[in-house]
Amino acid sequence: MNPFKQHTGIAVPLDRVNVDTDSIIPKQFLRKIDRAGFGKHLFHEWRYLDYEGTKENQKFVLNQERFRKATVLLARDNFGCGSSREHAPWAIADYGFKVIIAPSFADIFYNNCFKNEILPVVLTSKEVDELFNEVLAKSGAQISADLEGQKVKGPTGKEYSFKIDDFGKECLLKGLDTIGWTEQFLNKIKSYEETDKTRRPWLYSVK
Amino acid sequence: MSKTMYEKIWDQHGIHEDKSGMSVIYVDRHLIHEVTSPQAFEGLRVTKRGVRRAQNTFATMDHNVSTRSKDIEKTELTSRIQMDTLSKNAKEFGITLYDFKDPNQGIVHVIGPELGITQPGMVIVCGDSHTSTHGAFGALAFGIGTSEVEHVLATQTLQQKKARTMLINVEGKLGFGVTAKDIILYIIGKIGTAGGTGYVLEYAGSAIRDLSMEGRMTICNMSIEAGARAGLIAPDEKTFAYIKGRPYSPKGADWDKAVQYWKTLPTDVGAKFDKIIEIKAEDIDPQVTWGTSPGQVTGIDGKVPDPEHFSDSVERLGARNALQYMDLKPGTPMNEIKVDKVFIGSCTNGRIEDLRVAADIVKGKKVTKTVVAIVVPGSAHVREQAETEGLHKIFIEAGFEWRFAGCSMCLGMNDDQLSKGERCASTSNRNFEGRQGPGGRTHLMSPQMAAAAAIAGQIVDVRKILK
Repeated sequence: MNPFKQHTGIAVPLDRVNVDTDSIIPKQFLRKIDRAGFGKHLFHEWRYLDYEGTKENQKFVLNQERFRKATVLLARDNFGCGSSREHAPWAIADYGFKVIIAPSFADIFYNNCFKNEILPVVLTSKEVDELFNEVLAKSGAQISADLEGQKVKGPTGKEYSFKIDDFGKECLLKGLDTIGWTEQFLNKIKSYEETDKTRRPWLYSVK
Repeated sequence: MSKTMYEKIWDQHGIHEDKSGMSVIYVDRHLIHEVTSPQAFEGLRVTKRGVRRAQNTFATMDHNVSTRSKDIEKTELTSRIQMDTLSKNAKEFGITLYDFKDPNQGIVHVIGPELGITQPGMVIVCGDSHTSTHGAFGALAFGIGTSEVEHVLATQTLQQKKARTMLINVEGKLGFGVTAKDIILYIIGKIGTAGGTGYVLEYAGSAIRDLSMEGRMTICNMSIEAGARAGLIAPDEKTFAYIKGRPYSPKGADWDKAVQYWKTLPTDVGAKFDKIIEIKAEDIDPQVTWGTSPGQVTGIDGKVPDPEHFSDSVERLGARNALQYMDLKPGTPMNEIKVDKVFIGSCTNGRIEDLRVAADIVKGKKVTKTVVAIVVPGSAHVREQAETEGLHKIFIEAGFEWRFAGCSMCLGMNDDQLSKGERCASTSNRNFEGRQGPGGRTHLMSPQMAAAAAIAGQIVDVRKILK
């Protein structure tokens, strides 16, 4: 994974609450065995007028010319709820988004972001409202996110601090191989299993 | 010190905790299926890692299997590739697989308990959000992403932060015609689809204790729909009776040791929860969703709400979008909404008890001519049991299609889908836009209510039929 330190880019406001991972990447695109190429199906039902995805829905915000190059996604409450499919962050990252800002995220999706070089930023509803207004007010409006300093800068230059879990921050900053991180505790895992065998022997007699 | 059940299971599985509170916890059982595992195995190959304890992982095919035929040639090509890939991966890494033709095949959250893989006190994970189902046995069970699937395969552990705890106490007796599904839909309606975010829920109280294991699974299954990763119910004699004698359940002296251990798991008297919700079972009517989020729900006597009447701006925005998508007008009585399709099945309501109660409703009656109704058993064993009891005949005679086991129209990854604009009475768990098929409209309800809707051709109060 590549490290994530900071990012500045055009922001697109997605004015919907409870955006579920079915909407982020519909089921017909999950029948793949690799991680690549999900971006073109991102928000498929909203982005396209036809099932095949050949006719763009011009009303959908991502298709509006001023937001086409957006790399920061402004979202509403409970973003990423529902299915645990990691195809959702794969699609978001593959489309080109680096940062998602919302008042709240669903738990599994939030965790999945850290594994996919996406920075999920939680701000208050009021702050997100402000950013929505600022982004809508001026074409090409950009938002900056600085992970190290845990700050977001809006189009008018106003700064917002955000909290982030230390471990997740470290993972993004270093582009950490999380499996490699856990492997340093292999001896602890082995000794756990040895102790557990005497405590719950029935779990270890499975063929 | 008094501990909650969650804290006990958590403490027993801790391997390491760093200063930020990130923990490495041991995973007892790992379930995998064809859709969220291929990239995890590929990751192992790329990094030259193996599967640490292959015997702790069990695989099945459920999400995109055909429920019409066991002939894989009839399955759509990309689905077939995913299933073939799972077969190859299971073989290469030595993992037990119940493939689409296996007599033990079925929805991963139905077969886990059915085979005795699911047991109290375990940590169980799966690349599927409805893994919360297994919490009905007092197991800490939750859905994970594919990167985490790879992590579990490689290390038999997971990185996880400790959650907060919420007790949901449902006291009293359920009313006539009210089921486990109605309890959980009612709870989600109360606390909201994000009400459980960051929490592990524990369901307790007399109404929960009175439920069968099937009912308890229905409740825990939809914990994720309240935003919670996991739901728990204390194991008791019903739990032990369900587990006993199943293929993977402990045998002989092990059984006694296991039961002794399981009895130590329930929350201690005096243990503190971060939040407590009290619900009276008597307040719950049969529930039906009107929107595109499981929290957009009302009793069967209710009406489609007016979005402008919601004081909360998040709810208002959600309701506006939902009504537009669902093509419903504020004030429409729920029991006047016509349906085109009926789906009985899924990891929420595809178990034998669900089929029994649905069959009871439709016995000797006919599905309305304009309605297409399907019954999809949750597993091959559920299907077999239903056939032994003659339930399939009741369904077929009433005009239902009788299918093979799979996830089917809960998420429409196979060819069981809603067409654009079609409205469905569904026993599944998600009414999201397009969930059951692009442009399809879903109303979630209990198996009884869905069965009644098939007969009436519209959403109807099952209590009037049961009278």
